[in-house]
Amino acid sequence: MSEEYSLEIVNPEKSFLLKDDVTEVVVPAYEGEIGILKDHISIISFLKPGIIKVFSKSGEDSYYVNDGIIEFKNNNLSILTSLILNLKDIDKVKISEIQKSAEEELGNSEISDQERYLLDQKIEVLKSIN
Amino acid sequence: MASLDDLKKRISSVKSTQKITKAMKMVAAAKLRRAQESAEKGRPYSDKMNNIILNLSGGISDIENAPKLLSGTGEDKIHLCVVMTSDRGLCGGFNTNIIKKAKLYFQKILDEGKTLKIITVGTKGYDQLKRVYGDNIIERISFKESKNVNYFDADKVGKTVIEKFENKEFDVCVIFYNQFKNVITQIPQEQQIIPLKTTDEETNSPDDNYEFEPEEDEILSNLLPKNISTQIFKAMLENSASEQGSRMSAMDNATRNAGEMVDKLTIEYNRSRQAAITKELIEIISGAESL
Repeated sequence: MSEEYSLEIVNPEKSFLLKDDVTEVVVPAYEGEIGILKDHISIISFLKPGIIKVFSKSGEDSYYVNDGIIEFKNNNLSILTSLILNLKDIDKVKISEIQKSAEEELGNSEISDQERYLLDQKIEVLKSIN
Repeated sequence: MASLDDLKKRISSVKSTQKITKAMKMVAAAKLRRAQESAEKGRPYSDKMNNIILNLSGGISDIENAPKLLSGTGEDKIHLCVVMTSDRGLCGGFNTNIIKKAKLYFQKILDEGKTLKIITVGTKGYDQLKRVYGDNIIERISFKESKNVNYFDADKVGKTVIEKFENKEFDVCVIFYNQFKNVITQIPQEQQIIPLKTTDEETNSPDDNYEFEPEEDEILSNLLPKNISTQIFKAMLENSASEQGSRMSAMDNATRNAGEMVDKLTIEYNRSRQAAITKELIEIISGAESL
């Protein structure tokens, strides 16, 4: 039995990635990482800033995402995100730019605890990349 | 009749205008292709987003506690209209069409005794609306400095709208933009984004049992603001494609009209040159005859 399913990653500007030989995807969901294999139950979840790992027949890829929503249904995984970067050809300058703006935002005292948590996460992940 | 010199000057000025309009047409055509491409590329995202929201809102049993962005404030008194236009002119009826559509809506709202608030996106819309509805315009946004339509601009507009909604500044939000059909036709659209109008086209089957993480309503309340930005982004993409299309056909017409004008003026110029020569000849001949 084949263990592959299809993955689609879209961001507002374009369809970022389309793959139909994915065996496992690990996403940084809101309440912890989730690994999704074939025939997973239908799920909708949020992503926090983190790394998406895609395992497929053709190899393994990692992407950084800022936020996002995933939907898994009938062995189709869709990931919607506003910002996604491939870790392979990542731009160090851009990363530190995002990190800097996140740190600035964190300095703003008016943000809620939830936002603070997300920003902390973001900075941590970005630091680990750099 | 105008003198030969005047005609010559006019011909050359029309010709140089024609050159400009031709160049503008070419630029618009190139930009149109890019705008159309990005409009098409942006479609999957907004479609997917819509789908997820439909799936979610179908599953919500407790209408009372549904997020306000979905169900509305329960009132219908203050309407916020986001009028999206271009920042540049010379694009035919593009801006006028949106404004016309918007004004019709404004009139309806005001006739019903409701309060009207306007946000203009793009400077041209503001210019056209400020005289009559100047007092109603609460904010104007323009993205003159961004080269391409991008999501962050749309997000900015979306956040402004949501902030105003949370401050209870309005009950209903409608956006106006031009939908791109083809180069010649752009259809002005009004779309209500708050409260969200779900189309009944795609009713999902009841056996779709989703697992939610975090809770359903939390997802929904996070997703809806994003959806607003997405809808605005979609409208902006459509708008920019429409703007270029409209400009292209307008400039095409202008180029053709200039060509016709040059032809007419050239004929007039040649005729009067001929007439001047004939007159001179007659003068010489009659002068010689009298000798």
